[in-house]
Amino acid sequence: MSKQATAWECIELIRHKDRPTAADYIPMIFEDFIELHGDRCYGDDAAILGGIAKFDRKPVTVIAQLKGRNLEENKKSNFAMPHPEGYRKALRLMKQAEKFGRPVICLVDTPGAFCGIGAEERGQHEAVAKNLMEMMRLRVPVVSVVMGEGGSGGALALAVCDHLAMMQNAVYSVISPRGFASILWKDASREKEAANLIRITAKDLVELGVCDGVIAEPSGGAHKNPALTAEAIGTYLHHVLPKLIEKPIDNLLQTRYIKFRKIGVFQE
Amino acid sequence: MLEDLFHKVKSRVMVTTPDADAHISIPRDIMFKCPRCQKAEFMDQFEQVGKVCPHCGYHARLRAGERLEITVDEDSFIELDGDLKSLNPIRFPGYEEKIAKLQKDTGLTEAIVTGTCRIEGEACVIGVMDSHFMMASMGSVVGEKITRAFEYAQEHRLPVILFTASGGARMQEGIVSLMQMAKTSGAVANHSDAGLLYISVLTDPTTGGVAASFASLGDIVLAEPKVLIGFAGRRVIEDTIRQRLPDDFQSAEFFLEHGFVDRIVERSRMRDTLGKLLRMHRREEGML
Repeated sequence: MSKQATAWECIELIRHKDRPTAADYIPMIFEDFIELHGDRCYGDDAAILGGIAKFDRKPVTVIAQLKGRNLEENKKSNFAMPHPEGYRKALRLMKQAEKFGRPVICLVDTPGAFCGIGAEERGQHEAVAKNLMEMMRLRVPVVSVVMGEGGSGGALALAVCDHLAMMQNAVYSVISPRGFASILWKDASREKEAANLIRITAKDLVELGVCDGVIAEPSGGAHKNPALTAEAIGTYLHHVLPKLIEKPIDNLLQTRYIKFRKIGVFQE
Repeated sequence: MLEDLFHKVKSRVMVTTPDADAHISIPRDIMFKCPRCQKAEFMDQFEQVGKVCPHCGYHARLRAGERLEITVDEDSFIELDGDLKSLNPIRFPGYEEKIAKLQKDTGLTEAIVTGTCRIEGEACVIGVMDSHFMMASMGSVVGEKITRAFEYAQEHRLPVILFTASGGARMQEGIVSLMQMAKTSGAVANHSDAGLLYISVLTDPTTGGVAASFASLGDIVLAEPKVLIGFAGRRVIEDTIRQRLPDDFQSAEFFLEHGFVDRIVERSRMRDTLGKLLRMHRREEGML
């Protein structure tokens, strides 16, 4: 694995126009992916792609935030910024996975949950909150991989899991560096400075006890060799999943709670 | 009816002219000037009615101590985890100093006070967030105190009542603050699975990562009138969609209409309402 890039270098890499998306990876990592649509409530959100597939010859549920590879695709998938119905579709598919006892694999890649009138009217806050609570007690293993951008609560709503991995150049943050600079310093142009300050790289998150493992990217970034990157993700999942599947479910849930329970820095 | 219409127009015209009252300075500690209707009231009068504007019903933000005083039975509050203090997980420049100054100015150690109490005789665990402390943003201490409050309540088979207020996750703690959303939601889940009651009361403002975690997960979600609730900030939405939002957007009434709030309860009826709800959820022998 090459040396960890700075936060800003990571951001440039994950914004690269050729960076592979979930639509590229899913056929390379999984077999027989069958997409399932809709939240059974309001609509179908193209920012979240979900369905059933086979991994290591066994069924799994795959849920991914979908970036577009061009403007046309991005318009359709809203630049991977889900509306509440996207999160509710994700939850519906997770509950389906729970019923049929298959593990859930979430591929996280979003600037954040969408901020707009419809999103507020349909309860974006409630949709995210509900996912956090339900994922914490979902009775099947959940593995989340931050593929590129892990944008705040909109990312976390697919990342309450037993094992959180990050791609080597992925970032995951409470707020985008731009938002951070804009709110705290009232100056969005200090985005780069914020990025390097607020500790958002895979390496940072391993150190902070949030991320459990890093998946190597080819030198120069995932777009240099998507097939090799997909293979690395596959190998990683192949290594992690069986251990989680083996664990008695109550034990797994307890461990999942403790994984998040212990995050926090304070004195008493 | 017709006159009302004319009155409205008249007052609108007045608003557009420079504010004639602007030169009259009102001593802050004697008079309260309502930020919504601009009318003045004697401060002791205003405080006596729980800081609600007698003219327009505006519910001013309360300090945690004031909220406890009007909510819990006298001498029943026992604080939990009052000594938890923030550190600086991502070594953000100036964070310790900011916390130290707020502690001095507010007399609080952090943005939430938790404890046990009785409300109309009913025992419960209570948490009150205080927007005067860094807009009650949620960092490690807020997350930990809420989590411990739910764990304590679960262990002692008690209901939880949280008065929420927050600008969201505390950015100065980076990703660690985001994780408090998952942690608190997990604690709510465990408490809920034990069959116990959780009532969240949304007060001004309940937004961002707090709205998107434990605040929305109550078995019953109450809200004070006209308070701001929402996932994204108003300015962020306006910048995203490039249009101005209506004034009542993201109010408690807006979310009641859209089905995300059970009930709007005025401050003067809050204690009584909570007391009733707690009694209705009391576990008694022979119940199903």
